[in-house]
Amino acid sequence: MSVCTLRIDDQDVAIAAGSTVLQAIRSAAIAVPTLCHLDGLSPVGACRLCLVEVEGSERLLAACVTTVQDGMRIHTNSSRLQEMRRTLIELLFSEGNHICAICVANGQCELQDLAVRVGMDHSRFSYRYPNRCVDLSHPQFGLDHNRCILCTRCVRVCDEVEGAHVWDVGWRGEHCQIISGLAEPWGAVEACTNCGKCIEVCPTGALFHKGEGTDEKHGHPGRLAALVQGRSRQELEP
Amino acid sequence: MPQDFEQLDPVLRRHQFRADALLEVLAAAQRSYGYLSAPLLRHVATSLRLPLSRVQGTASFYHLFRFTPPPRHQCLVCTGTACHVQGAGGLLQELKQHLNCPELDIGEVRCVGTCSGAPLVLVDGEIWNHQRAPALIEALQELLQ
Amino acid sequence: MALLDRCAEVAQQPGSGITVKGVGCHGPCSDGPLFSVACGDEVRLISVQSSSASELAMELQEALSRGSLREWVPRGCRSLDPQSPFLALQRRIVLERCGQIDPEDLSDAESAGAYQQLNAVLAANNPEAVIDLVRRSGLRGRGGAGYPTGLKWATVAAMPGAEKRLVCNADEGDPGAFMDRTILEGDPHSVLEGMAIAAFAVGAQHGFIYIRAEYPLAIARLRRAIAQAQQQGWLGTTIAGSRFSFDLELRVGAGAYVCGEETALIHSIEGQRGVPRPRPPYPAEHGVFGLPTLINNVETYANIPVLHRLGLERYGVGTKVFSLTGHVSRSGVIEVPIGTSLRTIVETMAGGPPDHKPIKAVQTGGPSGGCIPAAALDTPVDYDSLQALGTIMGSGGMVVMDSTTNMVDVAAYFMAFSREESCGKCIPCRTGTVQLELLLRKLLARKATVADLEQLERLSETVRDASLCGLGQSAPKPVLSTLRHFRADYLALLQPLEASR
Ligand SMILES: Cc1cc2nc3c(=O)[nH]c(=O)nc-3n(C[C@H](O)[C@H](O)[C@H](O)COP(=O)(O)O)c2cc1C
Ligand code: SF4
Ligand code: SF4
Ligand code: FES
Ligand code: FES
Repeated sequence: MSVCTLRIDDQDVAIAAGSTVLQAIRSAAIAVPTLCHLDGLSPVGACRLCLVEVEGSERLLAACVTTVQDGMRIHTNSSRLQEMRRTLIELLFSEGNHICAICVANGQCELQDLAVRVGMDHSRFSYRYPNRCVDLSHPQFGLDHNRCILCTRCVRVCDEVEGAHVWDVGWRGEHCQIISGLAEPWGAVEACTNCGKCIEVCPTGALFHKGEGTDEKHGHPGRLAALVQGRSRQELEP
Repeated sequence: MPQDFEQLDPVLRRHQFRADALLEVLAAAQRSYGYLSAPLLRHVATSLRLPLSRVQGTASFYHLFRFTPPPRHQCLVCTGTACHVQGAGGLLQELKQHLNCPELDIGEVRCVGTCSGAPLVLVDGEIWNHQRAPALIEALQELLQ
Repeated sequence: MALLDRCAEVAQQPGSGITVKGVGCHGPCSDGPLFSVACGDEVRLISVQSSSASELAMELQEALSRGSLREWVPRGCRSLDPQSPFLALQRRIVLERCGQIDPEDLSDAESAGAYQQLNAVLAANNPEAVIDLVRRSGLRGRGGAGYPTGLKWATVAAMPGAEKRLVCNADEGDPGAFMDRTILEGDPHSVLEGMAIAAFAVGAQHGFIYIRAEYPLAIARLRRAIAQAQQQGWLGTTIAGSRFSFDLELRVGAGAYVCGEETALIHSIEGQRGVPRPRPPYPAEHGVFGLPTLINNVETYANIPVLHRLGLERYGVGTKVFSLTGHVSRSGVIEVPIGTSLRTIVETMAGGPPDHKPIKAVQTGGPSGGCIPAAALDTPVDYDSLQALGTIMGSGGMVVMDSTTNMVDVAAYFMAFSREESCGKCIPCRTGTVQLELLLRKLLARKATVADLEQLERLSETVRDASLCGLGQSAPKPVLSTLRHFRADYLALLQPLEASR
């Protein structure tokens, strides 16, 4: 296997060819924020938080969907990128209804963590206060659309790992919404196997176990990578 | 009782029940049955062996698919650039103000490609060029009679 | 249409010696309906103004009984002067047969030269030579981005694998643009021939034409053209006796501007949500159903047969088709040599604003483009000059705006468009366009402050830099370009208190 060497911020990094820039960044123990990316799921490059500067490229590149090239020089934390990430997080807060104090994921939420990290306490953009609903029709789980950031992790885990494809994205633009079945109540969708994987991968409190109170949700996004890896190893065995 | 949606069979067969024909099948379904009802979508999903949410998600992405029965008449105001600079915005507003009737659906379309007739409207699929509010409202009222 | 029927009745009478046919658009739409009278090699365009179809038919009959149609101008009609700038300054090579041939009749197109270049290319049997010709012609994509066509073809041709696909992008979503529609309705065979030549050059076996549903006439004519070409052996297996096989399928969109973006278009052809994905991999590598795919615009393909017919030298720098609308005396579709100055197009050819108001700006490139101020009207229309002005050549929509136009309103209009057409996949475009429109509306309502204006500018830059696909990346262009050239329009809208600060 051939190896690429690249320079990230002020570190030299060597990594197997074919890896993503995000893998290279993480191997150097540099922190770059991500939301839509999750090890074990197909990458979509949708949240744009992992954008980095690559010397010689005018455009910013999303680390999670960019393949490393030998000799790349990457900057992950310029003031321009910091400002951009903060803007993106603020935009996310402006489009939903995120009231952390009453959320099941309070203290366990990737969105909240990022807000703290980029140093934002309020959105400079006007809050949209959309009229969104909560689906409690499933016997074990609930979905609060107010907290959904449309990262589509739930859609992908259900399709790619569980193979049930209960979820998809409906409508478009600002009207996008996660839907189950024919945009019907979750509890009415026969395809759901009640496996709970979507709850585990959801970065916010949008998907939750019923009965969890404020601050009580504990996601396990890491479990997925282990599961997927384990499966692929088995597949390699004769 | 499940409906059989026979009119869709030839279309499904022509596309050999292939999933990539979803848009063609949905368009044909809407042509035959007026709109995409839940049973119809379920039928399409089963026939093409696609998850329900995939069918619903795809159909709802495109503006031309509708999930409720169409009204008797439809007037679409073109709000493309050429029509916009010739006052389509005001026209639309006046129509909405003066014609409030469940039989008539007032909507927008973005450029039908005959901009020389700007501002124009599409009434039940027919192009009416160079429209001004008072005359248009009158003509539509006549249509509704 | 009624006109066509009545005239055809007259022509059917024995001994009339004339043929009447329905043709595609001639170009000067604002003078329509039009018909042309051809006697020998003299062709005149006649604009029908106040006479009805039956009156015209009667006049035609009378004129025929008198003998020649050479001088015939029916009452209520006006003969268009072929020397008028609108017609004389054009160089119609792509549109040459539009308005001359009956687009629903293959034999008519064939007698005007259709498919002769395909025949020649297949006889020569040298795909590299075809790509080389396209490369050396300097032809750039007419769909908006202006990517060198020859280079794209060479990339697809070099991809490994026996199976390849071809796509024609006929989604023409820019509001106010109708060049591709004109070509498809007037001369569909030129596009089919260009596609077949391209397929031969890159080694594709199957092609798709993705056309927007809003063009029912173009769809009908394309369907017919494809069927006729199949019947005549210009499409299908062993074309023109060669070993080359190529077939075409029509895919009709369902109302989504973003499907003009090439990766979204691929998803839509595959029957999915028309959502873009990050590139690379480019379609040349991973396109329709994962196969290497060549995607070009309608007009790009229509250039191929002409290029072959004329050869490099006579083809020259090539032409661009524009649809001219807005505040102009003569609107319609024109084809001019690349490098023609904007002033020639909008003032000399289109006659400027109808009531002699001064021109304020010319918008090109639709929601992905920008506004060119009147002071820059002497700019030659080519890819690089327009880019330098902060706009793009785009697909060819050109909207002229007179001095009564408020540029903030124009920016808000395009932002509303992008907001509505955003696919919603990535955050900056999905939410950024909403916030940008809100800020512009706030300005228009005279409630904005200097801080709002600053935020508008900064957020525009973020949306441009952070968005996933071309829609989001260029959605702020109308704002940024009007801020650059017409900042006064913005400042005039600030809160009275703020403006004085
Ligand atoms: C949002 C968006 C919309 C587009 N719409 C069109 C379109 O309607 N027609 C078109 O030919 N190209 C359109 N394009 C450009 C295509 O993505 C692509 O570049 C083009 O079809 C390539 O063909 P060309 O090289 O012949 O120009 C669009 C691009 C974007 C980002
Ligand atoms: S429900 Fe959760 S996992 Fe699913 S898209 Fe929304 S935020 Fe992401
Ligand atoms: S830029 Fe807009 S249209 Fe493009 S992927 Fe992002 S949300 Fe979709
Ligand atoms: S993590 Fe890379 S775009 Fe979301
Ligand atoms: S803008 Fe209305 S038809 Fe083109």
